[in-house]
Amino acid sequence: MIQQHTEAPILEVHDLTVSYNKKPVLWGIDFTIPKGVMVGIIGPNGAGKSTLIKTIMGLIPISSGFVKIFEEAIDKVRLRVSYVPQRESVDWDFPTNAIDIVLMGRYHKIGLFKSPRKADIDAAMEALEQVKMTEFAQRQISQLSGGQQQRVFLARAIAQDADIYFMDEPFAGVDAATEQTIIELLQKMVQKGKTVIVVHHDLQSVKKYFDWLLLLNMHLVASGPTKNVFTDELLQKTYGGKLSLLSKVGDLLKQHEFPHRE
Amino acid sequence: MQPLYIIILGSLIASCCALLGCFLLLRKMTMLGDAIAHAVLPGIVISYIVSGERDHTAMLIGATVAGLLTTFSIEFLSKKIKLQQDAATGVMFTGFFAIGVILISLFANKIDLDQDCVLYGEIGYLGLYNDAFIPIEIWRMLIILGLIITFIVLGYRQLLMTTFDLAFASSVGIMGALWQYLLMGFVSLTTVASFESVGSILVVSFLIIPPAAAYLITHSLQRMLIYACLIGIIGAISGYYLAVFLDSAIAAAMSVACGVELILIFIYVKLWKERVLSKAVY
Ligand SMILES: Nc1ncnc2c1ncn2[C@@H]1O[C@H](COP(=O)(O)OP(=O)(O)OP(=O)(O)O)[C@@H](O)[C@H]1O
Ligand SMILES: [Mg+2]
Repeated sequence: MIQQHTEAPILEVHDLTVSYNKKPVLWGIDFTIPKGVMVGIIGPNGAGKSTLIKTIMGLIPISSGFVKIFEEAIDKVRLRVSYVPQRESVDWDFPTNAIDIVLMGRYHKIGLFKSPRKADIDAAMEALEQVKMTEFAQRQISQLSGGQQQRVFLARAIAQDADIYFMDEPFAGVDAATEQTIIELLQKMVQKGKTVIVVHHDLQSVKKYFDWLLLLNMHLVASGPTKNVFTDELLQKTYGGKLSLLSKVGDLLKQHEFPHRE
Repeated sequence: MQPLYIIILGSLIASCCALLGCFLLLRKMTMLGDAIAHAVLPGIVISYIVSGERDHTAMLIGATVAGLLTTFSIEFLSKKIKLQQDAATGVMFTGFFAIGVILISLFANKIDLDQDCVLYGEIGYLGLYNDAFIPIEIWRMLIILGLIITFIVLGYRQLLMTTFDLAFASSVGIMGALWQYLLMGFVSLTTVASFESVGSILVVSFLIIPPAAAYLITHSLQRMLIYACLIGIIGAISGYYLAVFLDSAIAAAMSVACGVELILIFIYVKLWKERVLSKAVY
């Protein structure tokens, strides 16, 4: 197994095992992630990608092992960590509008038992502007398209102004233009020194988007810089057994080699 | 004065239920409200037996405990034993309710309480047994309404966030379980405080119908809370006069009135759908 560790990691996951009803779905996961990179988590459906992120966020109990962010337990650093759940995990018929969702990202800055001040509203509007959603601020969320809803979730994360971001499939169901907007935004965040960790399904864009990869299928297949880890052999191991997919992966790798030779 | 008191008490109960019911509806937990309304019965009976009289404080405590116990055990059945949520709810509340009924029949000769009274209530008896200027039931309900409003105003953002997106709310450090049990505690308290007047079954209609109607006509949670209260209050007032007109049970008439409001609102929304939708965008 290729497993590249880093000095002074921003995220350390050590020998992590997670179970639902005593049945482990993640086994002995062990990796570190350096500061200021764009990380992709890749793996088939049911590989435990969402489970891994939720466990790192402290939303699912750990069976064994530990997680450290900024060398601390998650509960001590929640202010610096942002989590973007899968879009389908919430009911978008909820009676509220886009800006109210974004304001949830300002929860700690607003303070307990207070209501949002002008600074909070400005920050929320600024976040909406970054995802090009200004004109939809007052729009009821059920009347947004899937891609717009995804951008509202992203704006909420931006409003949190965290140092490390965990995003569960932010590109699911968005069109090419929206995907471009989002990826540019994430790249800008990485340039500012933030660390962005994204669950991703589209193998075609992996090389373009990510500096660092985690290949996951209940076990960690590999972790490290994309150029070392995104190989035919490791991908076959990750998606093991699915023949049609395997040949497709092979094709993809070949396709991607052309531009790199230039 | 009695008609006025009945209308005021009905409106207070309707408001308490409407406010809590909005959150139950959005959390897809209205049946849990139903379950609690039934499951408080053994709590009421046991505190009755223990205290030996209609001691309201004891009953409030007993029933709130029973309500929270129901919530706990439903969570336990569905999370740990993997029973489906609706099956778990059905099992628990019928179980608790049956225990209550058995207790009543066992101790029937010792206590002045019968199933009908608990199930259907009789708001018409309000103030008949004591000659205080304003009946104690009204004060009690007023205090509970005050508590509920304080709870929602202070905890608005926590309630909003845990209801809309529990995972995100937990990720910023909000304790989802705490808010869940606070909400259920208030549902239990309200159910108990109102069972004598409207009965534990009709409480359920106040918990469900006004929020459901309000949900149809607004896209803002704050407005939904206010509309639900108004719909509940209108139901209480018109229900009273309906009962006088038909010479029927008052609480049942109030519940029917709420149902009629829901139907009217539904028709309005269907007939004017385009207009409502285009307006509701902002
Ligand atoms: N609440 C749960 N209770 C029991 N098992 C669960 C639960 N959530 C997920 N699982 C199981 O855990 C495994 C990992 O699920 P997870 O959602 O983490 O996968 P994923 O990699 O995110 O998949 P996808 O690509 O479909 O989103 C799956 O086998 C799933 O069936
Ligand atoms: Mg997932």
